Amino acid sequence: MSKFIEQPRYSCALGAQQSVVAIKRAVPIVHAGPGCSGKISRLIGQGEGYAGGSTIPCTNSSETEIVFGGEEKLNTLIEGAFKVIDADLYVVLTGCTADIVGDNVESVVAPWQDLDKPIVYAETGGFKSNNYVSHEVVVNAIIDQYVDKFCNDKSKIPHLVNVFATVPYQDPYWNGNLEEIKRILEGIGLTVNILFGTESNGVKEWQTIPKAQYNIVINAWSGLEIANHLKEKYGTPYIHFPYLPIGGKASSEFLHQVADQMKLDVKQVTSFIQKEEEKFYMHIERMADFLLEFRYGLPRRFYTILDASYAIGFAKYLLNELGLLPARQFIVDNTPKRFQDAIRNEFQHISEFRSAEVVFETDCGAIQESIAKDENKSRALILGSSWEKNLAQELKADLLTVSAPISHRLVLNCGYAGYNGGLRVVEDIYDRVLDTYR
Amino acid sequence: MSVISLKEPEVVIREKRLGSITGFEGKASDLVQRAQAGKLHECTRSFSQCMNCGSGNALCQLSMIRDAAIVNHAPVGCAGDFFNYNYVYRVGQMSRDLPPSNGRYFNTNIDENDTIFGGTVKLENTVRAAYERVHPKAIFITTSCAVAIIGDDVEETANSLSEELNIPVVACFCEGFRSKIWTSGFDAAYHSIARKIVKPPRKKTNKVNVINFGGSHIFDELLEPLGYEAQYIVPFSSVADLEYISEAAATIQICPTLGTYLGAALEQVYGVPEMKSPPGYGIAGTDIWLRELGKVLDREAEIEKVILREHARLLPQIEAYRKIFQGKKAYITAGAAHGHSLIALLRELGFTVQGAAIFHHDPIYDNGEAVSDALAHAVKTYGDVPHYNVCNKQAYELMNILSKVHPDIMIARHGGMTIWGAKLGIPTLLIGDEQLLFGYQGLLNYAERLLETLDNKEFVTNLSKHSTIPYTKWWLEQDPFFFLGRNQNVEVY
Repeated sequence: MSKFIEQPRYSCALGAQQSVVAIKRAVPIVHAGPGCSGKISRLIGQGEGYAGGSTIPCTNSSETEIVFGGEEKLNTLIEGAFKVIDADLYVVLTGCTADIVGDNVESVVAPWQDLDKPIVYAETGGFKSNNYVSHEVVVNAIIDQYVDKFCNDKSKIPHLVNVFATVPYQDPYWNGNLEEIKRILEGIGLTVNILFGTESNGVKEWQTIPKAQYNIVINAWSGLEIANHLKEKYGTPYIHFPYLPIGGKASSEFLHQVADQMKLDVKQVTSFIQKEEEKFYMHIERMADFLLEFRYGLPRRFYTILDASYAIGFAKYLLNELGLLPARQFIVDNTPKRFQDAIRNEFQHISEFRSAEVVFETDCGAIQESIAKDENKSRALILGSSWEKNLAQELKADLLTVSAPISHRLVLNCGYAGYNGGLRVVEDIYDRVLDTYR
Repeated sequence: MSVISLKEPEVVIREKRLGSITGFEGKASDLVQRAQAGKLHECTRSFSQCMNCGSGNALCQLSMIRDAAIVNHAPVGCAGDFFNYNYVYRVGQMSRDLPPSNGRYFNTNIDENDTIFGGTVKLENTVRAAYERVHPKAIFITTSCAVAIIGDDVEETANSLSEELNIPVVACFCEGFRSKIWTSGFDAAYHSIARKIVKPPRKKTNKVNVINFGGSHIFDELLEPLGYEAQYIVPFSSVADLEYISEAAATIQICPTLGTYLGAALEQVYGVPEMKSPPGYGIAGTDIWLRELGKVLDREAEIEKVILREHARLLPQIEAYRKIFQGKKAYITAGAAHGHSLIALLRELGFTVQGAAIFHHDPIYDNGEAVSDALAHAVKTYGDVPHYNVCNKQAYELMNILSKVHPDIMIARHGGMTIWGAKLGIPTLLIGDEQLLFGYQGLLNYAERLLETLDNKEFVTNLSKHSTIPYTKWWLEQDPFFFLGRNQNVEVY
């Protein structure tokens, strides 16, 4: 049984509307109550994007649709959406009302699909799961109902890969992260379907998903269902890197893993990694003296209150490359039980010399209470969300907001993945730390 | 007049209680006339974009009660607005010199199992946990579509927990599908406060209730010299403050759409006089409003002095602004009734109001007084608005209209709307704190902001050159009300 949550950091199944908004020129069509879509935008939708926020078509289901069913209203809405909204892909998503009442959405959408309209549907009634899970459901629906149909030649293209990394918008830094991931994968000789955000080529790119030689999942668990699905459907093997690679060490490990599995040209791979590492460590070396010499207090231990992919990524980076020690680590994404051992194992071997304790907990009010009881003897860094602003003030800790909800930062293309992301982490943490002095 | 009954757990939605509608296009005078004759018909749109729902508006008022906790009985997505209101709450703490703290909001996290077997046990556990963790003076339970459809008995659960925990545990029925008019959520929140928190008065006090969103404390300056004390409700009140709002000398509303239910409830049930005039926006509006205040508080002579003094101070300055704004065209999108107030303000300053898209229309408020009709006041005092559109946040209609009328300035009151003006290169202004525009000084404040916005063309001009528009060419060439079923007479949604 799911437990109550104080201070939620993710959305319900319908939250995957943001995954649709993240696809260039795609629009969700929401078949749900009147407030659902807006609440999702408010939690994880900083900036409307092309057709998100107030643009999203919605049946705004009312008592009539609950009593008599909402199929007809949905059909009229779809008809209107094709006329009014200029988009390349329309994704119908259901909310609680439609799913409890039992509207047959497939029967509404299928006739439009028969006309070869670019339209897809998925059942995302809020109570069914959360947006980490339904992100996979929606992506798989797009693959089955759209990509498969519009990709005539499914022969493989060597060195073409599909990337499934963090969940767009749920990860506030998704766009920047994807930009960097694409850059470094191109650096080792791959052609990259990044699928979401500014660096993607939109639906044209989605149409080549079946042609990829490999799928790459950069996530602790969300995204594996997509890779498994593609493996079954198109026989595409996948590479699983179970956390967000941040900084020199993790990024190089990530690239090596991809290169080894895909048997890429060793010379090109090594030369790219060397160049990136050289640049990265020049910067790190340049500021190492600052880390060692600054006299007035820097954070020495860190808490993470993040989703699994970020928590592992940050913990490894902060410990191994910046010398901060892990305090308690909390994973707040409702990680399914079957993935928890693997994540615990990552923390067990967080560095050569150390292991860290990790707690899976979605009720972040409980997490805050528990942290507040810790002995607060050295300056701490909290990696969390805007909910932690108060806790950080009380503990005189530094706070880097990495997780949704983020209300104290405006995020454009900032990303923490890769070599460049690693440097950005250092800048952002010590920007906040140094700003506390007069 | 709607009869307030505090015995019922749920308040009747506005469509049924007040006959409110969400679709209309025509002249403002026509809407006023039809509304007052009881001849309004709802129109339904065959294409619509996402709106808001009542649960958000209920939380808007409940989430900032300083010593209460909220339990949202819903799937986790319904709690998507928690942090939003927490942010508003925390910003408000700053201007009130209150210590920083988070609002205490819990979500029961309803899952598939609960939709089959019911969620009341989870609700009980959550309320108990909230009580243990926060020790609040009251707990409000806000409902959701899912729990309403599966039929959880929230009222019964709340009542038995009230006894168990010995604090008010109050059900607030605000599930989204019930009403197309999300301000029904305000009524739901106020109903829960009126029926379970407010107590009969012990005595009369010199406090004046100000029903507001949590804006600046502009009424102190007005009321203190008159011997009264402003009591801003409901945000930033404590549960104990709310218990005796029944003792106040009068109730002021910053916006009748917000406060209609609570104002009427306090008057009908506890005899607290409610100010009936539309809120004091613009000179004429402020004159009327102040004179009523003078009557209600028995300070008529003092109020006349205030009016004289303020006119003398203000009029020359306003005249100067009028010269600048004369002939400038404005388009407004806002909620009722604040949108009506904005029409008055802009007209007062010399603007031509080309049109307005207002989220809904209440033909009458709970007090049943025609004098409270803010749109009627705006039309009567400042003249008709030819293109008046009741439109519940339908950006596609707005975009269509703006691309045709291309005003000199667009005025928006709510998020999600401003971008469409800016994308077309139209200077656009959103003011969050409605108190800033209230009264005589408010008119000056507004004039200053309007001038600044009109003057600031660089950003929107550049943005319009690089913007994408998610609407088809076909759509922008259609009548903006193409999808508004004008011939469908649906009496109750």
